[in-house]
Amino acid sequence: MTRLDTVVDESKGAEVISLEDLRVDTASGMPIVEGVSLSLDEGQILGVVGESGSGKTTTALALFGFAQGGAELARGTIRLPGHAPFELATSKDLRVLRGHYVSYVPQSPGTALNPVMRVSRALREMQEHRNRGDTDARRDLEAERDEVLAVVGLPNTHEFQQRFPHQLSGGQQQRVCLAVALLSGSQTIVLDEPTTGLDVITQASVLDELRRLQRTRRVAMVYISHDLAVVSELATHVAVMYAGNIVEIGTAEQVLTRPAHPYTRGLLSSTPDYRRAGLPAAMPGVAVSLSDRSEDACSFAPRCALATDECRAAAPSLRPLPWAAAAGGAPGNGGRHDASCYHPVGSPFSVTARELPEASPIDVGAVLGVERLTVEHHVRGQRVAAVTDVSFAVARGECLALVGESGSGKTTIARAIAGLQPYETGSITLHGEQMAQPAARRTREQLRRLQIVFQNASLALNPREDVRAAISRSSNLCTKESRRPLEELMELAGLQPGLLGRLPRQLSGGERQRVAIARALATNPEVLICDEITSSLDVSVQAAVLATIEDLQAKLGLALLFITHDIGVVAALADRVMVLQRGSVCEAGPTRSVLDEPKSEYAKRLMDAAPSLSVGN
Amino acid sequence: MNRTVLRRMLREPSGLLGLVLLVLVLLVALAGPYIAPNSPTDTLGTVGAPPGGGFALGTDYLGRDVLSRLLNGGRSVIFIGLTATILAYIIGVIAGLYAGYRSGIRDTVTMRSVDVILAFPPLLILLLLVGGFRQHVWVLVVGVVIVQTPGIARITRTATLSVSKTSYVEAAQTRGDSTRTIWRKDIIPNIQAVLLADFGIRFAVSIVLIASMNYLGLGLAPPASDWGLMMSENQSIISLNPMAVLGPAIMLALLTVSINLIADAYLRAISGGQDNIVKRLRRAPRTPAGLPLEPAPVPGEGSLT
Repeated sequence: MTRLDTVVDESKGAEVISLEDLRVDTASGMPIVEGVSLSLDEGQILGVVGESGSGKTTTALALFGFAQGGAELARGTIRLPGHAPFELATSKDLRVLRGHYVSYVPQSPGTALNPVMRVSRALREMQEHRNRGDTDARRDLEAERDEVLAVVGLPNTHEFQQRFPHQLSGGQQQRVCLAVALLSGSQTIVLDEPTTGLDVITQASVLDELRRLQRTRRVAMVYISHDLAVVSELATHVAVMYAGNIVEIGTAEQVLTRPAHPYTRGLLSSTPDYRRAGLPAAMPGVAVSLSDRSEDACSFAPRCALATDECRAAAPSLRPLPWAAAAGGAPGNGGRHDASCYHPVGSPFSVTARELPEASPIDVGAVLGVERLTVEHHVRGQRVAAVTDVSFAVARGECLALVGESGSGKTTIARAIAGLQPYETGSITLHGEQMAQPAARRTREQLRRLQIVFQNASLALNPREDVRAAISRSSNLCTKESRRPLEELMELAGLQPGLLGRLPRQLSGGERQRVAIARALATNPEVLICDEITSSLDVSVQAAVLATIEDLQAKLGLALLFITHDIGVVAALADRVMVLQRGSVCEAGPTRSVLDEPKSEYAKRLMDAAPSLSVGN
Repeated sequence: MNRTVLRRMLREPSGLLGLVLLVLVLLVALAGPYIAPNSPTDTLGTVGAPPGGGFALGTDYLGRDVLSRLLNGGRSVIFIGLTATILAYIIGVIAGLYAGYRSGIRDTVTMRSVDVILAFPPLLILLLLVGGFRQHVWVLVVGVVIVQTPGIARITRTATLSVSKTSYVEAAQTRGDSTRTIWRKDIIPNIQAVLLADFGIRFAVSIVLIASMNYLGLGLAPPASDWGLMMSENQSIISLNPMAVLGPAIMLALLTVSINLIADAYLRAISGGQDNIVKRLRRAPRTPAGLPLEPAPVPGEGSLT
């Protein structure tokens, strides 16, 4: 195994941690991650990207000698300056690593913080852990706590420290986790999708914070993310993982502007970006499953357009790219750029988006109309306005996107339209005909015409119903003659007919969402509400689902109400966009004009915060 | 319950064991009266004689044959206990579904009524019932139902509350499915694990309740033979002939354990022997999540149906 000197930048400091030849197995001895090596210098941010199941979290956890339940550290060495190497498979004192040399910021801060511990106590725990057996540790713990809270951009008042996790916003919770990690004093922080649950503006501020920490404290970070756009805004180096291996690694600029591995290029193409028009290009196929990985072939070959017999005969190993090797040998040239591919591309990457067909003339007359909608939530006897005076209309064949932060009322509007959320005033009309508030009081025809696809596909399908039953139940709303055959629905949603007998747990995440789409289409609807339908999917899967939605809209002339927090998705799909802030419309208009020249202050902030695939800023 | 589920249940040692035990206990209860060597009610020997001397399990506190009483005492337990428990489940589940699914005022009213019943000690309820009506089997059943229903309603409500909030229930609402359909297809199948988890224990509690009523002379009057009754009436001679208490206790334990084993095996079977499915999934073709590819003919497709 070659060791990777990804970090030869002269401006960078000394190496703080290195991991060599990691192998993590399942209980049955199948490798989840194999032969992964990486090293970090101080002040470096290594972005680790890949689809779910690629082994990025497993690799990151191994950095502090930890393996998730059912996994086992089988091989690998961790080297730290001034410390004997840790053999991950055999060492008994891996605990020394944790919280001393490496600390961890987990994915969902909401569940990472103990709900009965106040902020001060959560911080103190780490201080006590650190000071254990250390006589010359800092004693003025309180002052230190105030200091660290200020560093992560939180108020360091007594009142704030007395709060419980549920009294904090998602961004604040994430910052508390970060503060705890900083208190450990470790020089390496592993961040596992730290901004995934946050909305764009909060995400942008957390990313700012991380950048500042990197500059001021010279902390090295491993930043795991499925979102290349986020990584491109933060990371100094990028490692791309596929099927338990690093397939490409180099500086962020190298990997993102001259991606060598076809997989990296595929990932980049499928990342939606608001700065370009059209749909992101979908990568064919799905990530290879654990049991289908092959030792004597490139695991990406089945999905690769460039694959040759050579790729199917032997697995390529990670090696320096010819054009980078020439330059990368000398210090100061940005380090080496390695990829495991027989046919590295390396041409400057330009985003290839599938151009949208010429906007079809929108039929006059709205299918769905929402007039002066106001919704209030009742919270502990108090009325809180969730949506105030929102009006809009969606025409046949049109896609209207609702965007905004969490809590801006997007989902509430969708639920009110679907008849799941009672509202105070306003009216919701279908073809000019007023619909009753609760779904139970609407006519069958109204129910049939308006369908909703929910955010979380694993919750949207009854775990006890197979695909056939789930879709058939919806078909019942149609008359026998107008009912589409199951096979046609499956095809429309991009599903193989062989899946009809499967239960939801036997499907992948993307397949589940497609079943939910097929179920909604089964009623032959005219209006389709899509509530964050791709937010839990990998980018490559997301791109494919978006393509399906786009096709459906063209084929069936659906009126789409597309709810999302991802500006990139809006740019790809929507004809018009409506920006919501705290329950009211702050800007609305044709997509390009809103995205390119936002007029309201809030929309401007939203566009600025949206991560974009751009290097060098 | 379809054939696949049954087959999965029987493939497991614990499911098979549960079924064998249940059949055994049921055989004893049903066929017992016909094979009993003696009359269950005649005094035949000395009081509390240990096993031996013509009585395989000894004699009870009145000198009656324990074995014959044991063989005769199963029917009433199983009939009354099972009927009462199942009835309690039917009423409790409906009340819980109603409260959990129709939140708001209907939930509050239902659950507070349930709390009122819970506030009375079980024996007091039973005493009131027996005081008001004559001694009869149905009084026992109604008593047990009243005591058991509130607990079942509570757990059903809690489970229903969380399932009612899921998107698949909302999806069913937005396509206008009737409440009955939603309960039957979306809610009950997804809360049955919670409901069945303590069926065995509730059944055992019912039997003990019936036994204590019998003991107090409120239910079946002596000299009726009944496992619950036998356990309580023979406590005074437990040191002379332990089998007079242990015999019916063991039968009741076997009955309870077998029901629990079967319920567990059933739950595992419907949740689908995860391992097998993972294995089959690996063999079966995967749909690409990308654009629809040509469905490749793969041998073994359809093995899941």
